[in-house]
Amino acid sequence: MTVIERREIALVDLLDRLLAGGVVITGDITLRIADVDLVRIDLNALISSVNEQVPSPWGELL
Amino acid sequence: MTGLRYVYAVCRPFGAPLQAQLKGVAGDPPRLLSHHGLIAVVSHVPERDFAEEPLRRRLEDLDWLTETARAHQSVIDALTVVTTPLPLRLATVFRDDSGVRVMLEEREEDFRRTLDRLQGRVEWGVKVYVENGPETGAEPAQKPASGRDYLRQRRMRARAHEDLWQQTEEFANGLHSTLSRYAEDSRLHAPQNPALSGVSGRNVLNAAYLVPRDHSEEFVELVDRTKDQTKVDSPGIRVELTGPWAAYSFAGEEA
Repeated sequence: MTVIERREIALVDLLDRLLAGGVVITGDITLRIADVDLVRIDLNALISSVNEQVPSPWGELL
Repeated sequence: MTGLRYVYAVCRPFGAPLQAQLKGVAGDPPRLLSHHGLIAVVSHVPERDFAEEPLRRRLEDLDWLTETARAHQSVIDALTVVTTPLPLRLATVFRDDSGVRVMLEEREEDFRRTLDRLQGRVEWGVKVYVENGPETGAEPAQKPASGRDYLRQRRMRARAHEDLWQQTEEFANGLHSTLSRYAEDSRLHAPQNPALSGVSGRNVLNAAYLVPRDHSEEFVELVDRTKDQTKVDSPGIRVELTGPWAAYSFAGEEA
């Protein structure tokens, strides 16, 4: 089923899908990752160390 | 058995075994929990990382998030070889097996409907970038002879950049509608941030397309042709293809 050669998947492509896609189920432990203040805080920290002008990549999805 | 339950995906029963070497998040091999004719793919995860409080902290740790996301993806990938999995959002955690069974029961109808919709389909990611920066599309700037020259050069560069930007938007819209006609369904993700992706250029289209596995080869060829054509016609624009993915972007209810 590998139609094209598999390369290492970029983390951003993966996070687009794992944090914004997938079925959302209220598990016993659910942190509402879609709303992720959590992840955004961390990624914002990462981003702002590179460029303070860049907005959160997931902000517009909410 | 102690520990919490991390659920990767829900599937219909499948005959083939999963790869023996497969490790899930936290290193525990995933197992199949069968209930009401559905299968939850589950592994055991330690409370010290996955209980609510530690998980909250862990998700703020990019290295941990990366490792967990990759492990999640490798399980989904392995499932994709043997069936069409319905992937769950990262870090869906239950206290025990019975919590997972209750969830399967509660969502049973949803799951069946979505599994039917996704059966035999995969997701392809297509991104369009436009090169940005003053060097793009403009001849190397001559040293301005005067203030007026300087302003004129700057205006020309800005205009060249604006043209390229507009051309890229038109290109991206055109490509998206072509691919949407070809695909069964499509989703637009937010454009990616260059600081995170580490790639050059500005991401103007970040789309996902749901395509029957059997038609994937043609879809890929179509994108590849466009990609090559674009290299020749519009050097400032770049097309990228990723996949095949499990249908992450289409796992929710139909839009």
